[in-house]
Amino acid sequence: MPDILLRTVGRTNLRLLALLAVLCLAVAPLVGDRLFAPAGLRSMAYQLPELGLLSLAMMVTLLSGGLDLSIIATANLAALAAAAVLKAAPEGAGGALLVAYEAGALLAGLGAAALVGLLNGTLIGYLRVSPILATLGTMTLVKGLAIGLTRGSVVSDFPPAILFLGSGSVFGVPTPLLLFGLVALALGILLTRTPFGVVLTLMGSNQQAVRFSGIDTRAALLRIYVLTSLVAAIAGFVMMARFNSANAAYGESYLLVTILACVLGGISPTGGFGRVGGLVLALIVLQLISTACVLLDLSQFLTLAVWGGILLSVSLIAAVRDQLRPLLAGLRAPVPRPAAPRA
Amino acid sequence: MRNASRGGRAPQELWLGLVVLGMVVVLTALRPNFLSVQNVMEMMNATAFNGILVSGLLVVLIAGGIDISFAAVASVAQYAALTVANATGAGWGEIVAIAGAIGLGLGLLNGILVSTLGIASIIVTIATQSVIYGILLTVTRGQDIFTLPAWFGDGVDLFVTTDAKGNVYAISLQIWGLVLAFASAWFLLNRTRFGRQVFALGGNPEAARRVGFGTTRLNLLVYGYMGLVAGLASLVQAQYTQSVSPTALVGRELEVVAAAVLGGASLDGGHGSVLGAILGLALVVIMKNGLALLGVSSYWTDFFTGLVIVAAVAGMAARARRRWHDSPGLA
Repeated sequence: MPDILLRTVGRTNLRLLALLAVLCLAVAPLVGDRLFAPAGLRSMAYQLPELGLLSLAMMVTLLSGGLDLSIIATANLAALAAAAVLKAAPEGAGGALLVAYEAGALLAGLGAAALVGLLNGTLIGYLRVSPILATLGTMTLVKGLAIGLTRGSVVSDFPPAILFLGSGSVFGVPTPLLLFGLVALALGILLTRTPFGVVLTLMGSNQQAVRFSGIDTRAALLRIYVLTSLVAAIAGFVMMARFNSANAAYGESYLLVTILACVLGGISPTGGFGRVGGLVLALIVLQLISTACVLLDLSQFLTLAVWGGILLSVSLIAAVRDQLRPLLAGLRAPVPRPAAPRA
Repeated sequence: MRNASRGGRAPQELWLGLVVLGMVVVLTALRPNFLSVQNVMEMMNATAFNGILVSGLLVVLIAGGIDISFAAVASVAQYAALTVANATGAGWGEIVAIAGAIGLGLGLLNGILVSTLGIASIIVTIATQSVIYGILLTVTRGQDIFTLPAWFGDGVDLFVTTDAKGNVYAISLQIWGLVLAFASAWFLLNRTRFGRQVFALGGNPEAARRVGFGTTRLNLLVYGYMGLVAGLASLVQAQYTQSVSPTALVGRELEVVAAAVLGGASLDGGHGSVLGAILGLALVVIMKNGLALLGVSSYWTDFFTGLVIVAAVAGMAARARRRWHDSPGLA
């Protein structure tokens, strides 16, 4: 394999691309060209961003060596906060006033999410609670707050500008996909091109070392969990716009799937390693499977089983390869190799 | 991060015990019927399923792993056992055997995968949960079973007595199942060689391996036990709700994890006790029951549960940090 390809695309991503190719080849004879017909692509483009944005939120904490179980609850709280502001708009408000309320709604949502992030960050960074424990608690707390305030009910009917976030399109590109792309791009740049991104991934490999190099890891953790919550809030807005309603219990089944998607995408569950590109590829793989299942008239639940099966198979192949590596190396060792000058 | 949840065992339980005792005193003062036999029994009945799972999960957590798939395992065991009972007229012995075997089998599968895949057990069991749950819902089409055999509805009550007012008291299947589960977890962890090895494995997996414990064999035992417990708990739950639903249990995994860690079981492995797990469970159950008795709307239950979890983990972390600073040579 050419070195340059390996370096720029990465081993995990090459594997995911191979998986993608295999899937397309395997599914094509079954569903024909329906999979890539405009209608199929359109429906995928509207479905993928929901799980995609939530997975991006999960990715941020996984990379830092943590975990955020509260992302779904945060997304719903953000949506409900936004909904509350929109509902407070006077009847028949239009023009600048309505725009102000809409902007205020999104800000309220982001603010509510940031508060959850601050709470998570404080618990994890300053009180040194393990991330899984802290976010397990805030998950229940935030969901409970949303249920308590809404009495479990659904808030619906939002102005067109908000619905545009979920069902509109810009130059033919669905808005949710556009949002997902923008957030993915921004996170990609943030993680690889900024000092904060470097600190975040280094925290995932060795938090002690980061602290000893004079970086305030507590403040960094605070920012990491606020960032995750803000991404979750955007996911919340997209869900709210797509369903034209907000509720304390939307998207709950996605929680564990986001972790599954991240791990499939090569994000190390112990932190430090992984790329946004890998996650995006993994999401495309998962979405393709889901759409193929729909086209084949299979139960939507079988999709879930296949997703889990794919993750297990990929891990199994990696484990078998690791087991075989010493064996293969042993077989290869006696063959003398001419020393080639490195270019 | 490692030290955050690593409490000394006795103090954690003492602290939790005091909080639970405080809640009991306050609730009894406000609502005298809180400590009535009827209410205490109802609390135990309602929490039996979660409690039995907590007793199994405790073993997994102490071994340094985690299991997310047990609710899906329980759903399969429940559905299969009672489908067979409905179709063939099988009795208690058969359904216990079926549910236990299915739970054990799926648990062993988790154990094999955790040992061989080389990825975190949380990831492995999230994947197996998806597979098990996905297949279950596909096969059953998500349909509940409402008609159950009559003998199943009757349950297995022990020491049935009737008081002067005509109220019937009995040690129900739920209560003795709960007690048995914690008793066997205690025996397993504290009175068997296997138990010591589980603590050692969770405390330092590499050391356990070098000492020569078969870590694969231990993982099989730990996850197999969790699966077995989940299979049996599923019957207790079905008997309590008098129905079998493939969708009702999945989604409650994290509740069970929360109860176990509230009781001081460390997510890093090597720490945890049966008494702590019982207290963690009691804390949540008593609070939920207390809120209901005090007339707080059930919409707010989750909020208060979350508040208690956040406060408890923050308190635990604060105590762990104090010990960290106090101990010479560590800071």
